[in-house]
Amino acid sequence: MVATPRHTMGDRMPRKEDGRFIRGKGRYVDDIRLPGMLHSAILRSPFAHAKINNVDASAALELEGVHAVITGADLAAQGLAWMPTLAGDTQAVLATDKVRFQGQEVAFVVADDHYIAQDALELIEVDYEPLDPIVDSRRALDEDAPVIRDDKEGQADNLIFFWDAGDREATERAFQEAEVTVRQEMFYPRSHPAPMETCGCVADYDISTGEMTVYMTSQAPHAHRTLFAIVSGLPEHQIRIISPDIGGGFGNKVPIYPGYVCAAVASLILGRPVKWMETRAENLMSTSFARDYRMTGEIAATRDGRILGVRSKILADHGAFNAHAQPGEQYPTGFFPIFTSCYDVPAAYAEATGVYSNKAPGGIAYRCSFRVTEAIYLMERMMDVLADELEMDPAELRRKNFVKKEQMPYVSVMGWEYDGGDYHAALDEALRIAGYEQLLEEQRRAREEGRIMGIGVSTFTEIVGAGPGKKCHIAGIEMFDSAELRLHPTGKAILKLGVKSQGQGHETTFAQIVAGELGIPAENVEVREGDTDNTPFGLGTYASRSTPVCGAATAIVARKVREKAKKIAAHMLEAAEGDLEWTGERFQVKGSPDRGVNMEEISFAAYTNVPEGEEAGLEGVTYYDPPEMTYPFGAYICVVEIDKGTGQIEVKRFIAVDDCGVRINPMVVEGQIHGGLASGIGIALMEVMDFDEEGNHLNSSFMDYLTLTSMEAPKYELGETVTPSTHHPLGARGVAESPTVGSPAAVVNAVVDALSPYGVRHVDMPLSPNRIWSLLRENGVGA
Amino acid sequence: MQVPARFEYEVATSVEGAISLLQRYGSETRLLAGGHSLIPMMKLRLASPEVLVDIHRLDKDLRYIRDDGGTLRIGALARHKDVLESELVKEHYTLLTDAETMIADPLVRNMGTVGGALANGDPAEDLPAAFVALGAEVVARGPDGERTIAVEDLYTGPYETVLEPVDIITELRCSRQPAGSAYFKVERRAGDYASAAIGVALNLADGKIEDVRIGMCGVGSTTLRARETEELLRGQRPGAELYGRAGERAAEESNPLEDARGTAPYKRDLVRVLVGRALEKAVERAEVV
Ligand SMILES: Cc1cc2nc3c(=O)[nH]c(=O)nc-3n(C[C@H](O)[C@H](O)[C@H](O)COP(=O)(O)OP(=O)(O)OC[C@H]3O[C@@H](n4cnc5c(N)ncnc54)[C@H](O)[C@@H]3O)c2cc1C
Repeated sequence: MVATPRHTMGDRMPRKEDGRFIRGKGRYVDDIRLPGMLHSAILRSPFAHAKINNVDASAALELEGVHAVITGADLAAQGLAWMPTLAGDTQAVLATDKVRFQGQEVAFVVADDHYIAQDALELIEVDYEPLDPIVDSRRALDEDAPVIRDDKEGQADNLIFFWDAGDREATERAFQEAEVTVRQEMFYPRSHPAPMETCGCVADYDISTGEMTVYMTSQAPHAHRTLFAIVSGLPEHQIRIISPDIGGGFGNKVPIYPGYVCAAVASLILGRPVKWMETRAENLMSTSFARDYRMTGEIAATRDGRILGVRSKILADHGAFNAHAQPGEQYPTGFFPIFTSCYDVPAAYAEATGVYSNKAPGGIAYRCSFRVTEAIYLMERMMDVLADELEMDPAELRRKNFVKKEQMPYVSVMGWEYDGGDYHAALDEALRIAGYEQLLEEQRRAREEGRIMGIGVSTFTEIVGAGPGKKCHIAGIEMFDSAELRLHPTGKAILKLGVKSQGQGHETTFAQIVAGELGIPAENVEVREGDTDNTPFGLGTYASRSTPVCGAATAIVARKVREKAKKIAAHMLEAAEGDLEWTGERFQVKGSPDRGVNMEEISFAAYTNVPEGEEAGLEGVTYYDPPEMTYPFGAYICVVEIDKGTGQIEVKRFIAVDDCGVRINPMVVEGQIHGGLASGIGIALMEVMDFDEEGNHLNSSFMDYLTLTSMEAPKYELGETVTPSTHHPLGARGVAESPTVGSPAAVVNAVVDALSPYGVRHVDMPLSPNRIWSLLRENGVGA
Repeated sequence: MQVPARFEYEVATSVEGAISLLQRYGSETRLLAGGHSLIPMMKLRLASPEVLVDIHRLDKDLRYIRDDGGTLRIGALARHKDVLESELVKEHYTLLTDAETMIADPLVRNMGTVGGALANGDPAEDLPAAFVALGAEVVARGPDGERTIAVEDLYTGPYETVLEPVDIITELRCSRQPAGSAYFKVERRAGDYASAAIGVALNLADGKIEDVRIGMCGVGSTTLRARETEELLRGQRPGAELYGRAGERAAEESNPLEDARGTAPYKRDLVRVLVGRALEKAVERAEVV
């Protein structure tokens, strides 16, 4: 059954892509099978830190069905043993001198099938000499700490960077003069984006043409092609990266991993397609993690709750290679400087020390635009610590310190210019949905009955949509994005984008944007992404940038096309262009509504009846560089109850009011919020990458790396306010990461609130039942 | 893709056939039932059997749940799902229904079998603890015929049972029908193995606990039975104070090890709390009858 085309901008249009996903017809990298394709497997280090004395692959090479075993030494001979990272460091493709984390790539086997490749791994003999590992970042800078990156000239310790921002002295003064100061140490533990589809590729080098095609799980195919060209020396125009359907990215598919490089090298050597696909364990152990920030937060305030200054200090663990995802070398802590958030803070200062450790490299922005989660978590925890100190209602304290809507566009003390916002309205809406007063009453009763109930509030602003190009870049390429639109003779359109959906619903929402601009149904717009040969150059999808940047490009390219359509319409209607008006559905002659043409008619004319002096066709391309980032915001409330006997936490309610400006497809927005809340609540309650003292990875399967399931998720209560972005052509902002940024603090605040009668002021994530039980018993709560 | 090492594969068409295949191929042979414990271990190469004997075709002989004159009989190939959906089980052996709602997820429950859950010997497996509480026994068939083994006597260590490599479990049998029973489990998340779990099945006489059995899961190197606690409870009038003492005794009887699911003191305290809760629930259910 084909539904009548009818959807446009703002509609709750069912996702166009879902038909194929629900029917199991998605086409992912692992579905790609090329003639003559070989398979591969990676030998990985069992040690977190060890010297490699020798790698002997001879027995593996003798196994029937094995075509090649590539080692670090082989790559070194080609100058490919190391590759650049997004943060300007180097990362070993295959280890040569040492292994620096458990799971690091040591050798790459190519064979007829997976099974043989896996068997061959067991035949490779590596002579390791174990070294003392650094697992705890607090030990990284000790005098006697082993130097992890002894491959780097001049690197005598494990320091990656020291960074600071803000006005140190002014902040110091604020603290000296304040009536009240609070301070709290906290750890935002290491987590992993854990997309359902692991990373992988099929590299296909054609020896007859010299073309290299790589089907790849890439959130940023164009940027990856350029990096491939730079690393491999192959000419960029002969590299084609195709990102087919992607089963979730969440930041995990932004970096280039050794497996991609090895598969490409193997295909070059063998002249046959080579597939590399990670196992779950490999994905969890070796690809980019997120967070791992040890933070100290401080607030200086007046007795009546006005914030005078905020200070934070970070110890950042970036693992064995600094593969931090950051929009340029000026952001070693990403957008952490947004930490003053939605509050009118007169003085702020942040400093960070980044260190190497014997853990997987990273970190990337797991569903959060460049360290914003860490920043907001710190601030929202500190607001509650301050509220506790002042014995003030946490909602009230926040209200008192919000930037007011009259202050917009507000420039924060850290230098960010906010594109509109009404934080009071969002919080009021959340409190209304929650029934805050009744909730407080309910809590009083629960406490009388000896039940442990908590209410947590979190209000925040996000910062998403990098560029502007002058401020943000990836490997030097400015962070614009692009859209190319063509209307065909029957009025059907193809829209090609520089970004790449991994589940965000681009095929639907971007079609709706065109529909809204051109008055054609969204069903008649086909969206193409992910193939570098067939889409305009763009920087990709992450950090909630698709709608802010590429969505703007789409609106603008559609308007360009409409401008040309107007010329054709004038010719068709035999009227002057200036006499035409656009109704949203067609051009008509002002004052004569019976004389008009719609986009379908104009499209046909564009190929059959163009005015003199005009080229045929109806198409355009736009590269959009945003003037500023967008600042979606929200107000969240979480209600929990804790089982005194077992320490288990039940999230009873979760209220999320989000303002992402104008909603292109409210249903898609809500879907993204649901997913983001599941990620954020999961991080608060259970998601964690743990290591033992030797650096052994303890969470390499989904039985051990716990993510939230529908059984733990509450029924989300969503609300919205709509404050259009002041600069986005549609008034829209990004949204899919706001819930991951805002929700962890809401959960932790609720749990601390629940336990506050027993003197608890802070608990680190994850809030495992065992951890909560310990707190209960330590504070004399029995059951 | 995680892939197992090379193995041979045979499909058994009868129980006798399965036994003779086991005999023919020797000790590196494993039965394959639902595969939801064995195949993950093979993929991680923690198990590398040389031969698999697949018994899924024996559904017609071994997949049933029935009442045989007051004795519950569950065929070894009954799925978790069958147990969960059985009205007979729900009415008379409610702790099994309790346990099944918390075992894994619907996908695993559709495939995983009762026989596999018992034979596997994972000390954190739920069904063995529930069956210990019921006082059930497994029926094992080997080349020399059939014998029965009380579930509490089945395990000698983690993943170790008294079964011979040539034995196949054909049935679970339970002749005791408790008046009330309950199963309580703490898991870090739905689908997780137990941090600790407790099964209780009891009868009341004259308002006193007449006969009670307690199975414990995830708190020792094998499935445990809390015999001293049972002793403490027998002949006593139910009530909060008694449950408290029973919980404390059971906690002493448990022998948990620290792992990702919790520290030893935590798990021990869970035993205390869950024994209290399970007793209360089981008594409540017995009183309704
Ligand atoms: C994701 C996941 C979560 C899980 N969560 C839980 C949980 O919360 N609680 C829980 O209790 N279990 C859990 N399980 C285990 C699940 O219940 C298994 O299905 C069950 O333990 C084994 O049954 P099976 O039929 O799959 O056995 P198989 O995997 O086929 O076999 C397991 C072992 O038993 C042997 N065996 C099988 N049948 C027989 C027989 N009839 N006679 C003799 N030996 C036999 C096999 O040779 C093998 O050694 C989980 C499993 C998974 C994959």
